[in-house]
Amino acid sequence: MANTKLAKSPWLLHYDGSSCNGCDIEVLACTTPKYDIERFGIINTGDPFQADILLITGGVNHQSESVIRQIYSQMPEPKVVVAVGICACTGGVFKDCYNIKGGIDTVIPVDVYVPGCAARPQAIIDGVVQALEILQQKRDAYAAQKRGRA
Amino acid sequence: MMQALGVVLYLVLAPFVGALLDGVDRKLSARMQGRQGPPLLQPFYDLAKLFSKQMLAVNSVQMLLNLSYLIFLAVAGSLLFAGEDLLMCLFMLSTADMFLVMGASSDSSPFSTLGAGREMIQIMAYEPMTLLLAVGFYLATGSFQVGDIVSQPGSAVFTMPGFLLGLMFIMAIKLRKSPFDLSTSHHAHQELVKGLTTEMAGPTLAVMNIAEYYEMTLMLGLVGLFFVNRDPASWPLAVLACLLVYFLEILWDNVSARVRWNTMLGGCWVVTLLTGGLNGLVLMLMR
Amino acid sequence: MEIIPVLIAWPALAAVLMPLVSDRKARGVIAYVAAGGMMALALAVFGGWLAAGGQTVALYPQSTATEYVDLAMLCGEFVLMALIIALSIRHRKYPVILLSAGQTLLVAWSEIAHPVEQSTHMRLDGLAMLLCIIAAFVGGFICIYAVGYMKAYHAHHTEYKDRSGFFFSMLFLFLAAMFGLVLSENLVWMYFFWEVTSVVSFLLIGYTRTEEAVNNSFRALWMNLLGGFGFAVGIVYMAMVHGAVQLADVVSTGAAIPVALLAFAALTKSAQLPFSSWLLGAMVAPTPSSALLHSATMVKAGVYLLIRLAPALAGTTAGVMVSFIGGFTFLAASMMAIAQNDGKKVLAFSTISNLGLIVACAGIGEEETVWAAVLLMLFHAIAKSMLFQAVGAIENSLGTRDIEAMHGLLLRLPRLTYIMGIGIAGMYLAPFGMLISKWVALRSFVDSNNYLLVVFLAYGSATTMLYWTKWLSKLVSLHHTKEEVRDKTHRDQYLSMFVHAAATLGLCLLFPLVSSRVVDPIVRTLFGSAHAVLSMNVLTTMAIMLVSVLFVPALMFVLTRSTHQDYVPIYMGGANMGDNTYFVNSYGAPQHLYLSNWYLRFEFGMRRLMRPAEMVSAGVILVMLCMIVGGAV
Repeated sequence: MANTKLAKSPWLLHYDGSSCNGCDIEVLACTTPKYDIERFGIINTGDPFQADILLITGGVNHQSESVIRQIYSQMPEPKVVVAVGICACTGGVFKDCYNIKGGIDTVIPVDVYVPGCAARPQAIIDGVVQALEILQQKRDAYAAQKRGRA
Repeated sequence: MMQALGVVLYLVLAPFVGALLDGVDRKLSARMQGRQGPPLLQPFYDLAKLFSKQMLAVNSVQMLLNLSYLIFLAVAGSLLFAGEDLLMCLFMLSTADMFLVMGASSDSSPFSTLGAGREMIQIMAYEPMTLLLAVGFYLATGSFQVGDIVSQPGSAVFTMPGFLLGLMFIMAIKLRKSPFDLSTSHHAHQELVKGLTTEMAGPTLAVMNIAEYYEMTLMLGLVGLFFVNRDPASWPLAVLACLLVYFLEILWDNVSARVRWNTMLGGCWVVTLLTGGLNGLVLMLMR
Repeated sequence: MEIIPVLIAWPALAAVLMPLVSDRKARGVIAYVAAGGMMALALAVFGGWLAAGGQTVALYPQSTATEYVDLAMLCGEFVLMALIIALSIRHRKYPVILLSAGQTLLVAWSEIAHPVEQSTHMRLDGLAMLLCIIAAFVGGFICIYAVGYMKAYHAHHTEYKDRSGFFFSMLFLFLAAMFGLVLSENLVWMYFFWEVTSVVSFLLIGYTRTEEAVNNSFRALWMNLLGGFGFAVGIVYMAMVHGAVQLADVVSTGAAIPVALLAFAALTKSAQLPFSSWLLGAMVAPTPSSALLHSATMVKAGVYLLIRLAPALAGTTAGVMVSFIGGFTFLAASMMAIAQNDGKKVLAFSTISNLGLIVACAGIGEEETVWAAVLLMLFHAIAKSMLFQAVGAIENSLGTRDIEAMHGLLLRLPRLTYIMGIGIAGMYLAPFGMLISKWVALRSFVDSNNYLLVVFLAYGSATTMLYWTKWLSKLVSLHHTKEEVRDKTHRDQYLSMFVHAAATLGLCLLFPLVSSRVVDPIVRTLFGSAHAVLSMNVLTTMAIMLVSVLFVPALMFVLTRSTHQDYVPIYMGGANMGDNTYFVNSYGAPQHLYLSNWYLRFEFGMRRLMRPAEMVSAGVILVMLCMIVGGAV
């Protein structure tokens, strides 16, 4: 059980980079009774300080770049990033726009890519569940690092 | 001896009881909303996770103030479960809350400062009721000592039903339940981000949560005080009553929207006056 | 006990000397010497009193000497009257003349037409001694503080004429009068000192001579003179009907009318509703006078008189009136304090509110409540004087006393902030003395079956909590600004504030001792008996709590310091510029973060609450006084 405790309580921070809101609505749909992500212990917090998973929709533009960097830095280790929707993965159809920098991985490291336009709730939940495994690995690595430091 | 036992049991068990009740709350709330909800032990998983996370902070005093909040709540609860002075216990309760407000204000961040402001209004809204509650017990049983109150021949609830109602009303504030969860939110409301807990990360938040569990147990202990009497059979009854009250709070949480601060303040003050105030007046006239 | 006249004469001498010295340095030295001497004298009196057994000592029976003093005081009263008349004419405030002339002539006529056989003129007992010590030490340190303060004040306020000599003169004159007031047993003597304090307060409020200051000073004058008028009528009634003007006789006869009139005078002096507005207006005066007269000592003269009268108030209509007004003021003033952002205004409202609590306790007049009242008086005098001084020092450094400007003061003026913090904590947090006293007060209100006061106290505590907490949280916000602030506080100011802070903490630590050695004997003298108000068990709990307050945070401080924390910027929706002070606004430009407190002005503003509160309290006083007079005649 000790190994799974982080995976049992992943808290989400949802950030909209420059999305058309299509993916955002699907993210919110995950919290509805039909999909009910809370059954995995997932809480949609609005607060980077309390989040383990950063869920980003939409590509990065010049406005959102610094914001993404900052909220990522405000999340305590260990943490994972899930890019939801094709825009967040690569920039999508907006990739070549003058104001778009590209996918989220142009700014911060991304652990899971969830494609789709918009990404379906099932796909988002699947992405998050995959992120949990990565989160668990990171947690072990972080604990080992902490032990090494102490 | 019994005193020490009460304190030790409280200090050791309160976080577990609180977390378990929180788990029940989340499960029940989910079912009321037509969802499956998290596992029963979810609050324990959350706590374990929070403690394993990085110590992220915005200043060096937040953790200190949160720990003070925890300790003062534990002291306040210990006073209750040791059978000590009820009034002092309630004064300690509001002193403890002060530390939480200080901790949130020390961040000097927009969201936590706003949350701290709302928390202060919340304290102002519930405090008259807590003080009157102590007075009510004094009028009904002739003592502020919890030890004397629980060894009465009859349960206090028969002479002070108004106080129980008033306490249930303001308990929504203390349990951070809708319609009064203004300063922080256990739900998905995010207009204040996480209110006064916004800058609390990892272990700091865990400390805050444990403190809340101590507080929850303390509040339910106050409810139990209405039912416990000299007869040992009253104790299980009191536990049942606490659980019923807790269920009603959850129900209220799920069927009501949060209100504006002035509705909360006015509501709490008026309800306090109508329940505790009138009940106390009757008790005083009966004396 | 030969030293008592010296105790009164010494500050009076300093008062005479001060205006004659024009050099600031020399004046400072005189102030230090005078204040130091005063403390030494008070200690000498205290030592002498203890050596004599610490009992009630009656002083100065009727003799030729006291008759000369009587005569001198009568002349003094006429001088005061002449002064008030002259100033009233100059400022065209004619109604004041009637009040002043009326009462002075009334007392003079009474003294000539109804000479009264008097046994003692002064008396030294525990309560008087306590007030002397408070006046000598709190007052003395405030005078020391004032030396540095006035220098900075006039450097900061060049628009006002520097009349520091006059200012110090008034401070010391006031202290002399205060000693006289608390030591007087003869009401006529007391009345004289009472009037001196009213006039000194009036002159100090008008110190800056701005229009606002003059108007406020006259408001303070007429309200205090109205109280003085009640006092004078009370004296005349006692002299005519009972043939005695001893304070003890008033208490022992329990004559309803004089007791009610003296209580009325005390209510005006203690700025209870509906007479609270004078104390708020008094905040225009330089801070040392606010600290000394308008929080620590002069307003305590009113509650002092009420505590003396407490045995006669217990269970009477006058007692009901006094306790209602006190409780009501406690609640109303603490509500109005919420809506204030001027530091001194908050302190003024809090003073009124706390005095209200003391007044309510005295009005009930039981042993327990008087116990609480004496303790509240002691703790409040020290903590509030310290808070006033700290706000004054902050104002001199920041250039404003707006609480909004004190955001993050902990980083800018750390020492002053710590002093403020101790003062504020002392005013309302467990386990400091004010809270314990409140706790006892609550219990004794229940015991005396006064449910209305219980409700007032329950709601008033909640509102009190709000205005202090939000101020405190403003101070501890760790907000970095780029404006440099230089601490302009002088060393003598710090000396005074440190002593006050140490006294606040010390009294808290020594609480059981203060209770058993100081307060219990006072209650015993007033009532002839005193049962232990706090059981020892509670006192040990308090001691444990105190330890938890001091040691647990210290321990945790060390612990949290030793753990590793990674620091990140505060959350501003990701738009923090990185310095926690600026954020990127929607134009992409930096914008300064500004965080404001809650003031709830529409709900708790003075504009909304003051008038109704005054009307209610004035109505109650009028009706009750009519009932008392009607019932007695």
